[in-house]
Amino acid sequence: MISDLLSATVIIGIISSGIRLTTPYLFASIGEMFGQRSGVLNLGVEGQMLLGSFVAFYVTLKTSNLWLGLLAAMGVGALMGLAMAFVTVNLHATQGISGIGFYLFGMGMSNLLFQKLVGTVEGVRGFQKISVPLLGKIPVIGEIFFNHNALVYLAFLLVPVAWFVLNKTTLGLKIRAVGENPEAADSLGVSVAGIRYLTVIMGGVFSGIAGASLSVALLNVFQQNMTAGQGFIAVALVYFGSWKPFGILGGALLFSMVNALQLWIQVLGIPIPAELAVMMPYILTLLVLTLSVSKGRGPSALTKVFEREG
Amino acid sequence: MKKVFTLVSVLLVVAMFLGACAQTPEAESPATGGETSEPLRIAVVSPSSINDLAFTQSISDALIVLKAEMGDDLEYAFTENMFVVDDAAAAIRDYATKGYDIVIAHGSQYGSSVQEIAPDFPETVFAWGTTVDTFGLPNVHAYEAASDQGGYVNGVMAGMLTKSKIIGVVGPIETGDAKLYVDGFVAGVKSVDPSIDVRVTYIGSFSDVALAAEAATTHIAAGADILTGSAQMVVGAIGKAEEAGLYWFGTQANQNAFAPKTVVASQVYHWEVILREIISLHAAGIMGGHTFSATLQNGGQVITINPEIELSEEIKTKVEEVIAGINDGSIVIPKP
Amino acid sequence: MPPKQATSDLRLKDRAGSIFDQLMPIFATLAALLVGAIFLMLLGANPLVAYGALAQGAFGSFNAFTETLVKAVPLLLVGLGTCIAYRGSVTNIGGEGQMIIGAILSTWFGLTFTELPGWLAIIIAMLLGIIGGMIWGGIPGILKAYFNVNEILSTVMMNAIAVQVMNYLMRGPMIDPVQREAASQIPQTARLLETYRLPRLSPTRLHMGLLIAILLAVAVYFLLWRTTLGYRIRAVGQSQPASKYGGIDVKKHIVVALLLSGAFAGLAGMMQVYGVNYRMITDGSATGFTGNAGFNGIVAALFGQLHPLITIPASVLFGGLLVGANAMQRVVQVPSALITALNGLVVVFVVSSEFFRRRSQKRRQSQFGTELAEPEDAEMQQEAGEA
Repeated sequence: MISDLLSATVIIGIISSGIRLTTPYLFASIGEMFGQRSGVLNLGVEGQMLLGSFVAFYVTLKTSNLWLGLLAAMGVGALMGLAMAFVTVNLHATQGISGIGFYLFGMGMSNLLFQKLVGTVEGVRGFQKISVPLLGKIPVIGEIFFNHNALVYLAFLLVPVAWFVLNKTTLGLKIRAVGENPEAADSLGVSVAGIRYLTVIMGGVFSGIAGASLSVALLNVFQQNMTAGQGFIAVALVYFGSWKPFGILGGALLFSMVNALQLWIQVLGIPIPAELAVMMPYILTLLVLTLSVSKGRGPSALTKVFEREG
Repeated sequence: MKKVFTLVSVLLVVAMFLGACAQTPEAESPATGGETSEPLRIAVVSPSSINDLAFTQSISDALIVLKAEMGDDLEYAFTENMFVVDDAAAAIRDYATKGYDIVIAHGSQYGSSVQEIAPDFPETVFAWGTTVDTFGLPNVHAYEAASDQGGYVNGVMAGMLTKSKIIGVVGPIETGDAKLYVDGFVAGVKSVDPSIDVRVTYIGSFSDVALAAEAATTHIAAGADILTGSAQMVVGAIGKAEEAGLYWFGTQANQNAFAPKTVVASQVYHWEVILREIISLHAAGIMGGHTFSATLQNGGQVITINPEIELSEEIKTKVEEVIAGINDGSIVIPKP
Repeated sequence: MPPKQATSDLRLKDRAGSIFDQLMPIFATLAALLVGAIFLMLLGANPLVAYGALAQGAFGSFNAFTETLVKAVPLLLVGLGTCIAYRGSVTNIGGEGQMIIGAILSTWFGLTFTELPGWLAIIIAMLLGIIGGMIWGGIPGILKAYFNVNEILSTVMMNAIAVQVMNYLMRGPMIDPVQREAASQIPQTARLLETYRLPRLSPTRLHMGLLIAILLAVAVYFLLWRTTLGYRIRAVGQSQPASKYGGIDVKKHIVVALLLSGAFAGLAGMMQVYGVNYRMITDGSATGFTGNAGFNGIVAALFGQLHPLITIPASVLFGGLLVGANAMQRVVQVPSALITALNGLVVVFVVSSEFFRRRSQKRRQSQFGTELAEPEDAEMQQEAGEA
């Protein structure tokens, strides 16, 4: 039975499912990473994703324009990011908890708006699969990697872009400085508040896209609470990836592939209790991180309040 | 600044008190003399969302039907998302205290709460589902759905429609209604052809739509050409079936409209059939002690076939046969 | 240091200001409700009626008040654990999972060993609840201290794992034998023996757990500010390098902080079973069992300014808000999603209001030369001066 897992269909299935499942995590987690790198912990990603998910769905439903829907999701995410930034930077709110407040608010609002504006579950026409020319035709590899919808490609492209921005641009330098030693950065003329506003709003935008990737790309529907905790996993993955984009990619892929694997285990009838299979991605992620030797220390100023003296 | 704060807060608190006082007279609205008797008041407490296209929606739909029938003679209140048993208990007790005639606890996890609360309110009818235990209390009804019946019929259709002889099931958690439906479904499939492989996956969540979709994708990649499943997250799975041009069988609510070319049939619960009985018993002064089952026979569950999908005469006849067989008892659905 | 102004006038102003500051969370809550009123009106509900229902539902009658208290118990317990964790500079968002495991362990015991006298069974059950929570909190603790695994990651994962463990046990080995036979297959355990249940203040649902929780709050206060262990936990929370320099085993105390906060959550889980439902039941999610107490308890602790004694009234008030909100839903029939959104608004507003409270405190401090509000800061300063 276990040997069934080694067939080509299964492996192809696991990897391509894994890639799809990774998409929302990549967006949300990298967005969160920028925020955390500048010193802000946002536990409200789930709320931002849910609102983004609904807005993308609703706008697409009403205007039949996917990109408009995506834009709307980004806007909503930005708004929530703005609120979070204000509460964190100006009001010095305890970050872990303010995030939970935004999570509850986002969840409540998305469900409320869904009930009042849409009413019953219905489908939209979401982003369709795009086959990359030439590459998409390669047997096996093409099927796995080059036959996804636009947002999946964008998510993976985001990783090297984020890496570049963080490590090779002045902006990235400023972000890291603010997260490591805000006092020093401040004395050098970097606006700590400005950078944090930027990263947190950016994080909100990406969470919005992550939510949209669920409702109008991977799926074509909005259902209440459809993120089912993915926002929290996304935050957790930032730690897994040691605040580095490629580390996050690794974590998201690991988690999603194992999730895809456990589905196949169930489908093939391998006699493991369903709950054990469902547990696998979580246990493995924890195990891998525990055993890995190189763990980042994390931005020193993470969750610490910064107040300008004088 | 402080003064403003204090002033505003004081105003708010005063407003709340006023609001609280304003309520009590409202609750005692006198029956307008000369008119027909007061409307029947029903309250429903349910664990998920009112539009989950599944469990809770089904009871909500039932009340909408009743309201349309009874018009002003019926007044109802609905409290959804009571997945915390505690909160549900408070809700049930509250509705009873407010004098609702019938309180419906639409969730199998509410049993202990009903058992505790019912004796305190002998004038209130309590109905809870999905189960058959009335605790021997005079004012408690119990109702359930013989979901395995609908599952069986769906299974028969699926068995006849499948070409690859592989069928996939996407479930949330292996309990309750979901399990009953699945068991019936599998039995139905096997009755057509025991060699058909029915694969069941439980994704461990009621809300993870993306995971349900991937489960469906996995089934399809593994060769399934017919899918079914239960709970609110299956909309993702249905979407994938639609994309792949395959068939889906629905349960709990009418999912036909959601994917008109994909959903062959849905087992729809019509709880109003049971509710009507409870209401007439109440009118006759009987407060409880009965158990009801939503079956194919009494119309409590209906297999709604999607008119947009062409089914062969052979299948249609078989479905009628099977339903008749279940109704007259000649077909007994085996337990796993 | 400005000389102490002994004029009674100033003293009064200072007192009034101090009380005003302590009540800041309440003002913030009211502000959030004000915003909520806008939504209520958009939904066609009368905010006055709605909030009147909220107030009534929370505190309007004896029955309502006891419901509030019942709701407050797990909030208080988780809140106490949060106080310890936060002061140890650890973020424990694993309360949900720790409640579940604590409940599982104690329920299993109560159903398996049925020959004991009630009082003994309850005590053992409490211990098992604590142990269960400690295990589930201790694992992230050890992972953080010795493997540098961030506790936010580990607690999120542990929460998810706990849910699956619960689902498996509730529908499998621990299912009520009655259910196994029945068609309905509800994933719940059998009921606990009558004697094994926490005594209640009949006919309400208020159970002895409240008293136990209050006693524990006092105990936590003593722990944090009157024992060496508590001092060390707080020291590590303030500054790890400084503590190490002072000879404190940082790693050990990180683990201890998580162990203790897990213990409280585990006890909260046990109380839900032994005091409220008398059985364990799942609907497949964590919230179905915990009612979000794992998160709301954190909020309650914040309302209580992370001080164990203040967390008591904070939990009652927050519990009242939650209970009242549900009552409000029943009266004005708004979608429950609005309640969730309101919950979120309240949290955000209260968390933000800390800013105003601290600023106001500082102002008063420089004006009146008053003592710092938090006793331990003075101690810390003293000890830091001595070091």
